[in-house]
Amino acid sequence: MMSSWQVIVDAMPLLLQGLWITVKIVVISLLIAFVIGLITGLINTSSNKILKFIATLYIDIIRGTPLLVQMFFIYFALPAFLDIRIPAETAGIIAISANAGAYIAEIFRAGILSIDNGQREAARSLGLSQVQTMRLVILPQAFRRMIPAFVNQCTISIKDTSLLSVIGIRELTQSGEIIISTNYRAFEIWGTVGILYFIIIYSISRLSRVLERRLSLK
Amino acid sequence: MKKIGSLLMTSLLALTLSACGSSSENAPAASDGTGASNEIVTYTIGTDATFPPFEYEQDGKYVGIDIDLINAIGELEGFKVDLKPMNFKGIIPAITANQLDAAIAGISITDERKQVVNLSDTYFEAGLSLVVHSDNDSITKPEDLKGKVIAIKKGTAGSEKAEQLAKEYDITLNYFDSSPAMFQEVVNKNADATIEDFPVISYKLAVDPNAHLKIVGERLTGDQYGIAVSKDNEELLQKINDGIKKLKESGKYDEIINKYIGTSAK
Repeated sequence: MMSSWQVIVDAMPLLLQGLWITVKIVVISLLIAFVIGLITGLINTSSNKILKFIATLYIDIIRGTPLLVQMFFIYFALPAFLDIRIPAETAGIIAISANAGAYIAEIFRAGILSIDNGQREAARSLGLSQVQTMRLVILPQAFRRMIPAFVNQCTISIKDTSLLSVIGIRELTQSGEIIISTNYRAFEIWGTVGILYFIIIYSISRLSRVLERRLSLK
Repeated sequence: MKKIGSLLMTSLLALTLSACGSSSENAPAASDGTGASNEIVTYTIGTDATFPPFEYEQDGKYVGIDIDLINAIGELEGFKVDLKPMNFKGIIPAITANQLDAAIAGISITDERKQVVNLSDTYFEAGLSLVVHSDNDSITKPEDLKGKVIAIKKGTAGSEKAEQLAKEYDITLNYFDSSPAMFQEVVNKNADATIEDFPVISYKLAVDPNAHLKIVGERLTGDQYGIAVSKDNEELLQKINDGIKKLKESGKYDEIINKYIGTSAK
């Protein structure tokens, strides 16, 4: 039997490769999700009925189905139905962005609605346009209030990427499974995988606290 | 008064003890190997359930060669089977973690597996086949896999073979948890090929006219299936080996195989 330490050292290169893929997918997905969320959130606070209907439908579908099913649908069902090819990582990024986007849209909506109406009225009476009011007055204030919710969604999305192992993406969880399938050392490998996730998620939580302090209203 | 009380107490105690004794299902049975003892042991046996014709679900019940075999062995050797379907990659780890007593899931006998679990005598001669999309004419032998993508199932003999080939040629490996997911990957052309046990893929091609898959070239290896048993349970290994031998002698083994695949895939 190899020592536990040796097992972990041998597994490290593969696990770190997996961690890199996890981080890459999360960063790209969250950037896309942020844009989706901003647009959908703005639509939801506007008065356009048709756009609002579409936005609400999208959010309801995402919230009403498990992420795992969304992943299977995008990767296994859609390509077969549309006769196209979607590479696994692309499918994974689509699934995580669409999923996080819906939740971020709700964060934006709540953030925008939380700003007192007097702010909007004051900006409008100073002669700012609707768009300027949103961009210069409402969003900057709303954004500060949204930080904790964003960070929360960010950590949820990191954990969600572990589901991507089912569509064959070699992220951190998948790397762990592949190593265990040949050396059967579950304790050492899952322990290490857990610690790696923890380090990433914990650092983000610490970072967000610094950010909150920096941006807090003086 | 006191005497009656203590008498009551002792008889109650005796009753509870005897009741415990007869209801404990997992206590090692004093079986003489004929199943004649009135205490039947129940063993938790793992399987994969997405691996026809060896194990699959039909009308809400698990059926297949492996399922029939283990039940027949249980009947002969006097133990009950509590079937636990799970992902194939988790089966051997579950035995080493004492979550399962044994497993029957088309498990190829390999040296790596022998280090962590006991494997029974061979009960089926399988072998690995290279499988590609039915439109694909560019791959006919392992050498053609250069620069290609192979879909494989975690922790299988097929994945081990693919990993060997990947060292030889420049191959990308995509890992999945089940045979259906792996096949889908090739059908959707996200992977160029997969490696699967010959009886399984030939069964799929026989029963599924829309498989969009085909077998190419010769069998890559000659694999033998064995039943995996926890290293802590020599007695169960003995029972299983005896059972396999008896089934083969009585003709019941051939009956089970023919029920599912006839002679085509042997």
